[in-house]
Amino acid sequence: MSSVRFICGTQDIHRELENKVSEFLGTEDTILFPSCMDANAGVFEAILTSEDIMISDRLVHASIIDGMRLCSAQHDTFKHSNMEHLEEKLQLHADKRIKLVITDGVFSMDGDLAKLDEIVKLCEKYDAMILVDDSHSSGFIGRTGRGTHEHFNVVGKIDIITTTFGKALGGASGGCVSGRKEIVQMCRQKARPYLFSNTISPVIVAGVLKVFDILSSSTERRDKLEKNAAYWRKGLTEAGFVLKEGNSPIIPVMLFNAKLSQDFSKDLYNEGIYAIGFFFPVVPNGQARIRTQISAGHEIHHLDKALAAFIKVGKKYGILDLTKEEIIAKYGM
Amino acid sequence: MEDIKDLVRKYVISEYLDEGDEITYDTPLISSGIVDSFSMVSLLVFLENKFKIKIPPQKATPEAFDSVNKIVALVNEYINK
Repeated sequence: MSSVRFICGTQDIHRELENKVSEFLGTEDTILFPSCMDANAGVFEAILTSEDIMISDRLVHASIIDGMRLCSAQHDTFKHSNMEHLEEKLQLHADKRIKLVITDGVFSMDGDLAKLDEIVKLCEKYDAMILVDDSHSSGFIGRTGRGTHEHFNVVGKIDIITTTFGKALGGASGGCVSGRKEIVQMCRQKARPYLFSNTISPVIVAGVLKVFDILSSSTERRDKLEKNAAYWRKGLTEAGFVLKEGNSPIIPVMLFNAKLSQDFSKDLYNEGIYAIGFFFPVVPNGQARIRTQISAGHEIHHLDKALAAFIKVGKKYGILDLTKEEIIAKYGM
Repeated sequence: MEDIKDLVRKYVISEYLDEGDEITYDTPLISSGIVDSFSMVSLLVFLENKFKIKIPPQKATPEAFDSVNKIVALVNEYINK
């Protein structure tokens, strides 16, 4: 393939995948992008103008922020998952032509779920639209893995879902905008990353189609991931680590101090465990952490080995059974 | 009439901090990560609406918004123009 979609970059399987995504997510239509970064970079400027307002959760993914920066619409933010603050913002911007509320489904650094049921109610009350980036949810959150909207029983009520094929939906690359057919059509006409970058490789499209076949035929992997994540969270909690609350397979072990997070990660590596430490500006200042992500490919003995390493390193730094305040007192922020 | 400093400080606390959190007039806001540069826009809108001023984009920099005292200095530049 050597062109963008609308020249000679569309094979039957591209349309097949778009239909398959729509069917899986319960949306009207879908448009493929080379990545979800590109989907988020293109969607806002394609559908909004300077008369409109984008209201985003303060912890949305960097690709959403970049997409909003490329758009002429006004923007504002609300405190992370704070519904009272979101309502204030919806009231403040009641005069705007279109109000688009923007959130991650599962937040990438904290692993918590957006309160989509409450967001939907507020958006209905204030006549606003919703965009959810479900990259960290598609394929495993919800009873059959459809995503955060399935988890909160609001399938069909989300105007725009962006997601990636680079995580649970295939492990390679590619992304999409899925939702109301008019919005998808506007993206086909106006979204610059779609118009001016090459089509997704057919090899990847075929791989993602296969993943949808697997996901649609059984929830075995998704169920195993849920059990693995619960086992891992329970183990870390009982060992005395401070965790971010949540119920996704992203489970951050909070260390607060940037240097401690790097030292801890290096020691884990020496124990045979690869787990990256994150610190400012990737996460807010003073909230350094080891972000752990659990997979359906893990077996219990893998998790037990990792847990033993975490406990060994945790003991070395004397942080087991300490509170947030005690860790900060010991190592600083 | 409420002091400009207190108005700005109260707004920053209510808009960006959690309940019970406090800041001084010199607490770094942007460089410390309390206010990220993207969320700074609501502060700009608040200042322009509250004090009936227009701050040019080239003056609304992360450095100029990095503490309550710096914000007040910026507002004072435009408040009587």
